[in-house]
Amino acid sequence: MDDDPFDPNGRAGRERRKRNIALALALGGLVILFFVMSIVQWHENMSH
Amino acid sequence: MAIAETFSYSRVTTVGDFFALLKPRVMSLVVFTGLAGIIAAPGHVHPLTAFTALLSIALAAGASGALNMAYDSDIDGVMARTASRPIPMGHVVREDAMAFGWSIAAFSVATMWLFVNWLAASLLAFTVFFYVVVYTLWLKRRTSQNIVIGGLAGALPPAIGWASVTGNLGLAPLVLVAIIFMWTPPHFWALALWRCGDYAKAGVPMLPVVKGKTVTRRHILIYSLILAPLGVAPAFIGLGGMLYLVCSASMGFWMLLEAFATWREKDDVKEPAAKRLFGVSLLYVFVPFAALIVERLLHLPPLWT
Repeated sequence: MDDDPFDPNGRAGRERRKRNIALALALGGLVILFFVMSIVQWHENMSH
Repeated sequence: MAIAETFSYSRVTTVGDFFALLKPRVMSLVVFTGLAGIIAAPGHVHPLTAFTALLSIALAAGASGALNMAYDSDIDGVMARTASRPIPMGHVVREDAMAFGWSIAAFSVATMWLFVNWLAASLLAFTVFFYVVVYTLWLKRRTSQNIVIGGLAGALPPAIGWASVTGNLGLAPLVLVAIIFMWTPPHFWALALWRCGDYAKAGVPMLPVVKGKTVTRRHILIYSLILAPLGVAPAFIGLGGMLYLVCSASMGFWMLLEAFATWREKDDVKEPAAKRLFGVSLLYVFVPFAALIVERLLHLPPLWT
């Protein structure tokens, strides 16, 4: 069945993979944002 | 049996379903007014701090939308306008939408607090609380003044943007808040005039359902009469310049014309004037706020200093 959640090549499996990729990209982006913002704040504190 | 309990899980949940929960169209308007607040505010912040503030505003708006869809999924399924949303369609489980919404809300406020300032974070937290708890859970199903009071949540983004730059509030951002606050009732009542049957079916006490269309038309006209002069006020408090004055005055005049047409409308079924007013009201927010942004970017001076 196409919606079989245990079939990695079925529709459910493909959608689950897409959700995982989207979540990974979002979390990765946020990690980068937190890292960059920490450096920006550190620089601003140093300049003050 | 509650309407929500009749929803079945119709297919696998996609990334697009979660994106739809964020109400991207509403989010774009919130981001736009928040951006206007950031750009119009005096002073300077690092561009990445401004970006983080805007991202936090966008995420909080999206979280509010997701939570609104989760808590209102029973009535969304009854109304034609909202029946195709992910929860009533059975594409997202209500509890998943709640977890998604509350997580993003907490994250957006925490990010604003960590990297921008406590005032902007507090205003952001208050906005989410007001929209989800005060408007969605409390007022929406209890009073015909639901969108008047609840409109405060949608009006706050310019003040949040302003506070993220300056760390404080003053007359100017509060005037921007007041403009959107006064704009909200005519905007949503115009929609409610031609979606009246939908709201009545769902048991939502919108003004036309409770007090009738004649009273609603009068209320729309009164709010528009207050909104038109309020809209030009930023030009006289050192915030907007000539471009802003021309844009806000002409849009205010146009909105007043449509409000008069809605007041005099005889077609109770199709409500053509209300539909036009709804469209013009969307432009009413966009054009003057865009003028404010353009003036700041081009370093055009305010009309009154």
